[in-house]
Amino acid sequence: MSNETLSHRSIIQARVAKSLRKRHARERRFRVFGLAAVLAGLAFVALLFISILVRGLPAFWQATITAEVYFDPTLIQLEPRPVPREGETPQAFSEREIAWQSQLTMVNWNRILENSIIALKPELANSRRDVRALFTSSERFHLRDLVGNDPSLIGQRVTLDLVADANVDVWVRGNIDRSLPDSQQQLRPAVRALADELRAEGVLNIKFSKALFTNPDSRSSPASAGLAGAFMGSLFMMLIVIFLAVPVGVASAIYLEEFAPRNKITDLVEVNINNLAAVPSIVFGLLGAAIFINWFRLPLSAPLVGGLVLSLMTLPTVIIATRASLKAVPPSIRHAALALGASRVQAVFHHVLPLAIPGVLTGAIIGVAQALGETAPLLLIGMNAFVANIPTTPFDQSTALPVQIFLWQGNELRNFFEARTSAAIIVLLTMMISLNALAIWLRKKFERRW
Amino acid sequence: MNNLTLIAGLLMLMAVAYQIGLMRSRAVARTDSERMHSRPVYYGWLVALWCGVPALFVFGLWSLLEPAVIRSIVIGALPAELADMPAQQVSVLMNRLGHIASGFGVAGEVAPWEAAAAEQLTRLQAISQLAKIALMASLAMAGVLMARRHIRPSLRARNHVEKVIAALLAICAGVAVLTTVGIVFSMFGEAMHFFSFVSPMEFFFGTTWNPRFSTTGAGGQGEFGLLPLLWGTLMVSIIALLVAVPIGLMTAIYMAEYAPSWLRSVAKPVIEVLAGIPTIVYGVFALMVVGPFFASVGDMLGIQIRATSALTAGFVMGVMIIPFVSSLSDDIITQVPQSLRDGSLGLGATRSETIRQVVLPAALPGIVGAFLLAASRAIGETMIVVLAAGNSPVLHANPLEAVSTVTVTIVNQLTGDTDFASPQSLVAFALGLTLFVITLALNVVALYIVRKYREQYD
Repeated sequence: MSNETLSHRSIIQARVAKSLRKRHARERRFRVFGLAAVLAGLAFVALLFISILVRGLPAFWQATITAEVYFDPTLIQLEPRPVPREGETPQAFSEREIAWQSQLTMVNWNRILENSIIALKPELANSRRDVRALFTSSERFHLRDLVGNDPSLIGQRVTLDLVADANVDVWVRGNIDRSLPDSQQQLRPAVRALADELRAEGVLNIKFSKALFTNPDSRSSPASAGLAGAFMGSLFMMLIVIFLAVPVGVASAIYLEEFAPRNKITDLVEVNINNLAAVPSIVFGLLGAAIFINWFRLPLSAPLVGGLVLSLMTLPTVIIATRASLKAVPPSIRHAALALGASRVQAVFHHVLPLAIPGVLTGAIIGVAQALGETAPLLLIGMNAFVANIPTTPFDQSTALPVQIFLWQGNELRNFFEARTSAAIIVLLTMMISLNALAIWLRKKFERRW
Repeated sequence: MNNLTLIAGLLMLMAVAYQIGLMRSRAVARTDSERMHSRPVYYGWLVALWCGVPALFVFGLWSLLEPAVIRSIVIGALPAELADMPAQQVSVLMNRLGHIASGFGVAGEVAPWEAAAAEQLTRLQAISQLAKIALMASLAMAGVLMARRHIRPSLRARNHVEKVIAALLAICAGVAVLTTVGIVFSMFGEAMHFFSFVSPMEFFFGTTWNPRFSTTGAGGQGEFGLLPLLWGTLMVSIIALLVAVPIGLMTAIYMAEYAPSWLRSVAKPVIEVLAGIPTIVYGVFALMVVGPFFASVGDMLGIQIRATSALTAGFVMGVMIIPFVSSLSDDIITQVPQSLRDGSLGLGATRSETIRQVVLPAALPGIVGAFLLAASRAIGETMIVVLAAGNSPVLHANPLEAVSTVTVTIVNQLTGDTDFASPQSLVAFALGLTLFVITLALNVVALYIVRKYREQYD
């Protein structure tokens, strides 16, 4: 009998032990899945950043030819720059100025560029076409502007860093398969040999690319295409967002949190703002196209319109953040102010708002960073047009940093612009990360627990 | 004198008015034995407001009405034989007159009646500008004088000023509402315009998307069937959710239930970085890294995977919404009361059994809400699909092939030359309206579920 129960118990025990092993194994598996998910998330972050850095960082340096340029007076035949004469009308002066400018442009700057290399290698005097292919096509304007700004350079020898052509950059860095047959190469054999020779002699070096930061976009001269135009466009838009979305957002948050009566209408406004925060960004682009462009007839591609659209998009973010930080200020502060005879407006503006400012700033900065990275709505209001100038007012045609990334990734000169695109992404991400770091720093520094 | 200098001048006047009010209130306070109701700044503000607000109001009204009034006068004075011109020609003519008047010159000969009309236009504009300035200035002055006369101890300046401030704040709160109204009306209006070309039945139930170009004109209007686009959107979103939901949910569970605090404090912000990266960056990442990777995997396995496909776009989009799913689910899982866990563990369940059989069922409504929010994110996402989905609006069920989505098509139809009279451009608004309604519905349902769930445990 007892033997029976004993065996019965041991059977149960064995079964429990067996199932326990299974259950513990399942527990371990579950835990491993969880850890794997976390690691997968971390791996995606790492992969994203590493792949962008690996591709983009080299693009901050580009092939540059360091050569002594002789501003040959026999080639540059230029009258002295006109100065306003006594009693001359401004119009007459500007005519003379324009005539001088066109004279300046007519100089054969390419020949001066070619001479700088031929001085090193006299044997190339008969293959000027190959020498010229080394330089990116906008370098002649670089020389022109140097002389235009300082005519005393004529007759002097100056050592300059000249940007090499994009295809030369691709070739010397091995971004194209060197074993490809001539028909598939972007450069003629003679130019390729010359580039290698100059690289070996230390004339052609990989140097930090200033063009990336000082030039606007360029189609004819890809090697000198830069981000300056897009940066200014983004800057104008961010200023509009800061001066429009932030004050309006803060004001509406103050109204909703501190003044609005609790009724159906304010409930509706609240629901509305929460939903507005979740509307896809492209819908704001449609709104901009229909209202600002089609109805108000504002100019296409202008940072003004972009800034307005992004402001409307950022508004809910600012409102929600401001409301949260106003809510975090304890009611005792309000009560104390009101008890001492302050009006509600005074209590809010003199006491509550100053305490909520860190939270408001954090929300505003995060909203601005979000607006900085937004692309889709800008495509619908024409900001994806090619713009070769740096905009000087918010009414000028312009692109923005994320749109510039979009334009560059579609460029046909793949093996050069893939790196440039990633470099532009690095610039954009750096700006966004610094904005977010600023927000975190502000929050850490001023955060108060009540 | 343009509008900007006019406003600047008015602001300067307001500053002067503020000083006048301030000084006046101090003078009154010295002579009068009674105590002033408010502090001097409020009297200053009151005078400044009386100076600026009416003038600004007139300015706004004037700017709104001026073009229409001048236009109707000029058109009224045109020669009689032009009286019944179609509306479109009238607006072309007005543009031309505007160019003549501004001295930029126009193409073609300027007829004598055109020159006369342009001259009239210039004259009317000058008169209107002068009248506007005069009216604004006199209103500002009158406001200052009247408000200054009214300054006395019993005037409750603070209350008046604060009423204006509160009104201003309310107007700001109205901007958000106006934005929604603007979205709804502009989309609805343009979509209705589109439906005057293409019947709603054809749009919502059509199975072919082939809009043609607006310039070719001949050969009918093209076909605007929504279904291929909607299907593409659905496919990409489902793939995105298949990536994001398991990873995001498991991350949230691990972070909430297992992770030591050091791992939590490191991993959580790092994963949330994914949410802050601009979508164009994901798009480029998909195009340069993920797409080629999938294509080479396909080569290895012997199946054809296109580099730009629903799979590529969906996968990268899934990565993008991981932090969205994980942080929302994390919030919801930590809200489940500890007593439920303790009860389950006390009965001998392992931790994973507790999570699967007690915590998750309790958190389910909230988690479903989080998924719906993530889904609405995925549906409205644009740049990733523009770059990585391949843009081929054909109905097919193969995720390894290229697809097109609603958002991609909006971008395609509305970039370049935007012509608000052709169905090829207007269809973007019908698509946008569809998108808006879908995401709105998802959000409303999701927020409702999440809120219901919060109430359950609060």
